[in-house]
Amino acid sequence: MNFPILSSLILLPSIGALFLFFTKSKSENKFTAKYVALFTSLVNFFLSIYLWFLFDQTTSAFQFVEDRIWIKGLINYKVGVDGISILFIILTTFITPLCIISVNNSVTKRLNEFLIAILVMETFMIGVFCSLDLVVFYLFFEAGLIPMFLIIGIWGGARRVYSAFKFFLFTLLGSVLMLVAIISIYWITGTTDVVELYELGIDTKYQNLLWLAFFSSFAVKTPMWPVHTWLPDAHVEAPTAGSVLLAAILLKMAGYGFIRFSLGLFPSASEVFTPLIYTLSVIAIIFTSLIALMQEDMKKLIAYSSVAHMGFVTLGIFTIQQQGIEGSIIQMISHGLVSAALFLCVGVVYDRMHSRLIATYGGIVTVIPKYAILFMVFTLAALGLPGTSGFVGEFLILMAAFKDNFLVAVLASLGVIIGAAYMLWLYKRVIFGKLINSELKKMIDLNKSEAFTLTCLAIPTLYFGFYPEPLINTIEVSISDLIDTYNFSLASKQ
Amino acid sequence: MNNIELIFPEIFISLSIMFLLILGVFKKDSSKIIHNISLLVLLITAVITFNETLSISPTTLFKESIIIDYLSSFMKIITLLAAFVVLLISSSYLRTFKIFKIEYPILILSSVLGMMIMISSNDLIVFYMGLELQSLALYVLATFNRDQLKSSEAGLKYFVLSALSSGLLLYGCSLIYGFTGSTNFNVISNQFNTNEYAITFGIVFILVGLAFKISAVPFHMWAPDVYEGSPTSVTLFFTMVPKIAALTVFIRFLYVPFLNLIDQWQMILVFLSIASMLFGAIAAIGQKNLKRLIAYSSISHIGYALAGLATGSNDGIQSSVIYMTIYIIMNLGFFSCLLMMKRNNIYYEQIDDLSGLSKNHPLLSISLLIILFSLAGIPPLAGFFAKFYIFKSVIEQSMYFLAIVGLLSTVVAAFYYLRIIKIMYFDEEKDSYDKDHNLWLKLSLTVSTILILMYFIFPSELIDAISKINII
Repeated sequence: MNFPILSSLILLPSIGALFLFFTKSKSENKFTAKYVALFTSLVNFFLSIYLWFLFDQTTSAFQFVEDRIWIKGLINYKVGVDGISILFIILTTFITPLCIISVNNSVTKRLNEFLIAILVMETFMIGVFCSLDLVVFYLFFEAGLIPMFLIIGIWGGARRVYSAFKFFLFTLLGSVLMLVAIISIYWITGTTDVVELYELGIDTKYQNLLWLAFFSSFAVKTPMWPVHTWLPDAHVEAPTAGSVLLAAILLKMAGYGFIRFSLGLFPSASEVFTPLIYTLSVIAIIFTSLIALMQEDMKKLIAYSSVAHMGFVTLGIFTIQQQGIEGSIIQMISHGLVSAALFLCVGVVYDRMHSRLIATYGGIVTVIPKYAILFMVFTLAALGLPGTSGFVGEFLILMAAFKDNFLVAVLASLGVIIGAAYMLWLYKRVIFGKLINSELKKMIDLNKSEAFTLTCLAIPTLYFGFYPEPLINTIEVSISDLIDTYNFSLASKQ
Repeated sequence: MNNIELIFPEIFISLSIMFLLILGVFKKDSSKIIHNISLLVLLITAVITFNETLSISPTTLFKESIIIDYLSSFMKIITLLAAFVVLLISSSYLRTFKIFKIEYPILILSSVLGMMIMISSNDLIVFYMGLELQSLALYVLATFNRDQLKSSEAGLKYFVLSALSSGLLLYGCSLIYGFTGSTNFNVISNQFNTNEYAITFGIVFILVGLAFKISAVPFHMWAPDVYEGSPTSVTLFFTMVPKIAALTVFIRFLYVPFLNLIDQWQMILVFLSIASMLFGAIAAIGQKNLKRLIAYSSISHIGYALAGLATGSNDGIQSSVIYMTIYIIMNLGFFSCLLMMKRNNIYYEQIDDLSGLSKNHPLLSISLLIILFSLAGIPPLAGFFAKFYIFKSVIEQSMYFLAIVGLLSTVVAAFYYLRIIKIMYFDEEKDSYDKDHNLWLKLSLTVSTILILMYFIFPSELIDAISKINII
C-alpha cells in the first residue's frame, strides 16, 4: 500500500534517461538505445494503467498521496491524484512510447540524446499532473521548457532557432508572473499545499490579481488568442515526436491548471473573469479556425486547429457546470489522441516526400490506401463526428454553453462548422483529387511501426467515442465535488 | 584580550604570506612550491575558521572593532574555498601565458586576507583598511599578464576608478564620523539620532563606494573592460570573491548601525537592484566576448542579491547569502568551461568559438548547458532556488514592483543564455578543443555541475546552514 507509485511514475523515465546517458551513443547502439527508452516508457505506461485499476472512483479525495518534507518549514514534496489528473497521467504515459516508436525516420542525428530529452520530458509532464503543491507544480511546469527547447532547437526544421526561442521566451514570460502569485499565496495563507488551500480558501480581495497572474501563464501555454502565436511556429519546426508531445500533452498542462488552480483556488475571481475567458475562447474558436482554413502547410493547419480546440476546452471549463468541465477534460484527452495522430500522419508523408505543403500532395488514396483510411479516422475525429471521442467532448461543452450563454454557444457552434470545413478540405486536397505529382507514385504505404502507432491511437479514439463511460466515471465525482466547493465558496462570500 | 584565538585564521594567513615572500626571494624556481603551499594555506585557514569560529556566539575584539559571528565565519569560509578553487584551476592557464610566478598565489592570499578583515570589520577604519588591502592586490592581479596591452589597461582602469570610489567611500566615512563622533558600528547605532539628514549623506557616499566594488549599476562601468582584459583566472576571481566580502560589508553596514534609517537607504538599494538587474540583462544581449558577457551577467546577478538586501529583513539577508553561494558555484562551473576552451596553447573566449561544441565535446557542453539554464534561473536547477528565495523574501515585504521587475528581467536574461546554448547545440561545429585538461579543472566542473543539478534533492542543507545568520 505504501509503495510510492506516483514518485515511481515520475522518476522512472529519468532513470531510463540516466541509463541512456551513460551508454555510448555509437551507431550500432541505436537500436538498443531505442529499446531501452521504449522499455522504460512502456513500464511506465503499465504502471499508470495499474494506477487506474487501483484508483477509487467513488471519492473525490486525493489518492496515493505522498507527502515529504522537502525544504524544511517551507515546501513539502506532495503528490497525489484525483479523477481530474489521473487521465492526463495515463495520456502522458500512453503518448510517450508512441513518440519513441515514431522516431524511426524523422530523427537521424543524435538519437540517443533525443530519447533522453523525451524521457526527461515525460518525467516533468507526469510531475505537473501529480503535484499537489504549487511550488512543486511550478517546478515541473517550467522545467519542461528545457527539453522542449532542445527538441525544437536541435532536431527541428529550417527556422528552428527562431521557433525555439519564441516558444521558450513566451512561456517563460507568462510563467514568471505565476511565480509571483505562488509566493504571494504563500505569504497570504502560509502554505502552498493545494489541499490545504482548498480548505482554507483565499481572501476574495486578493483573488483577482492572483487569478490574472495564473491566467498569464496558462493562457500562453493553452494557448489562447492572442498569445497563441508561438504555437504554429513551434509545431511547424519541431520534429514529429516533438510536435506530438507538444500538442498532446504540453497544451493540456494549462487546461489542467485552469481546472485545478484557477477554479479551485480562486472561485470568486473565476466568476468575475468568466466573460473574458468566453470572449477569448470564442475568438480563438472562430478566428483561428478561419486562419486554419487558409493554411498551405499541413502542420500549421493542425496547429491552428489545436488553438481552436483548446478554445473549446477553456470555454467548457469556465461554464462551471458538470457537463462543461467533463466535456473539457474529454475534449483534452481526445485532442491529445487525435492531434498526436494527425501530427504523426503528417510526419508519415513528410518522411517520404520531405514536404509539408498541401499542394505537394493530392490523389494519394490509390497509392497509400492504408494511410488514407487511418488519416480519415483522425480527420473525422478532429471535426467531431459522432462516434469519435471528439464528438463527446464538443457536444458536452456546447450543451453546457447553451445553458449558460446562448450567444457564446451559437458562435462556438459556428466554429464547429468551420472546423469541419478545414479538416475535410485538407483531407480532400491531400488524399483525393487527381494524382498530378508523379513523385507521389513512389510513395510506400505505412510500414509496421507506423501502422501500429496510428492504430494504437485510433482504437481509443473510436472506443471512447462510442463508449465514454470509463472516462466519465473516473472524473465525475471529482468534478461534481469541485463544482460544489466552487458554488459553496461563492455563496458564502456573498 | 583573551579571545585572540578567534582571529587566528587571519594571523595564520598573514604569517604565511610573509613566509612565502621570503621563500620566493631566497629559493629559485619556487613558483610551483609556493603555489602548492598557498593552496594548503587557504585550505588550512578554512578548516581553522570552520573549527574555531563557526559555532561561537557573536564576539567582538579590539574594542569592538572586529566582530566574529556566524555571518563573518560563513562568508570567510566561502571566500577561502572560492579562492582555493580559483588557485587550483588556474595553474595550467598561467603556465600557458608564462605568468606562473610566485607573486600570483601571494597576491591572492593578500587579497583574501584583506577580504577577511573586511568581512569581520565592525568599524569603518578597519573596514577601509581591509578594503584597501584587497584592492591593492587586485590591481596588480588585473595587470598580471603585463605583456598584454589589454591586461595593463584593465589594471590601470580598475586602479583609477577604484581609487575614486575609495575616495567617495572615505568621504562618507568622515561625514559619519563627524556627525556621530565614532567610527564604530555599535557606537554609531546609539548615536545617530542627533542629525539624521547629515548622516544620510554619509550613508549615500558609502553606498556609492560599495556599489562600485560590487559593480552595481550605475557604478558598473569598469566591470566589462576589467573582466575582459584581465587574465581569465583573475576574472574568475573578480567575479566571485571580492563580491562576497563587499556584500558582507553591505549587510553589516546597513543592518547594524543604520537599520533604523531603513526608509532612507531602502530606496537607494531598490534602485541599485532594479537598475542592475535590468541593465545587466539588456546589455549582455549584444556581447560577443564571453568574459564581457559574464561581466554583464554578474551585474544582473548582483542586482538579485541586492534585492534580497533591500527588504530590510533577516530573511532577505539570508536569501542574499544563499544567492551568492549558489552564484559562486555556477560561476565556478562556467569559468571551468571557459578555461577548457584551449587549442594549441591559445585560449578562445568569443561566443562564436562555442559553435557546435556539443558535437565534439558532449560532456563539456551538457555541463555548460546545465550551468547556463541554472544561471537563467530555470527550475529544477540551483539557480532557480536562489531566485526563488530572493523573491520569497521580497514579496514577504510586499515589494511587488521589485519582484515583478526582477522576474521580467530574468526573461530578458534568459535570452542571452539561450543564445549561448543555441550556438553550442544548434550551430555547425568547429575544430575541437584540447581534451587533456588538468584533473582539477575537470573535477571542479564536474562537482559544480552535479551540485547545480542535484541541489533540488537536498535544498534544506544550505538553508539550514544559512538560517543561523541572524543580524537583526
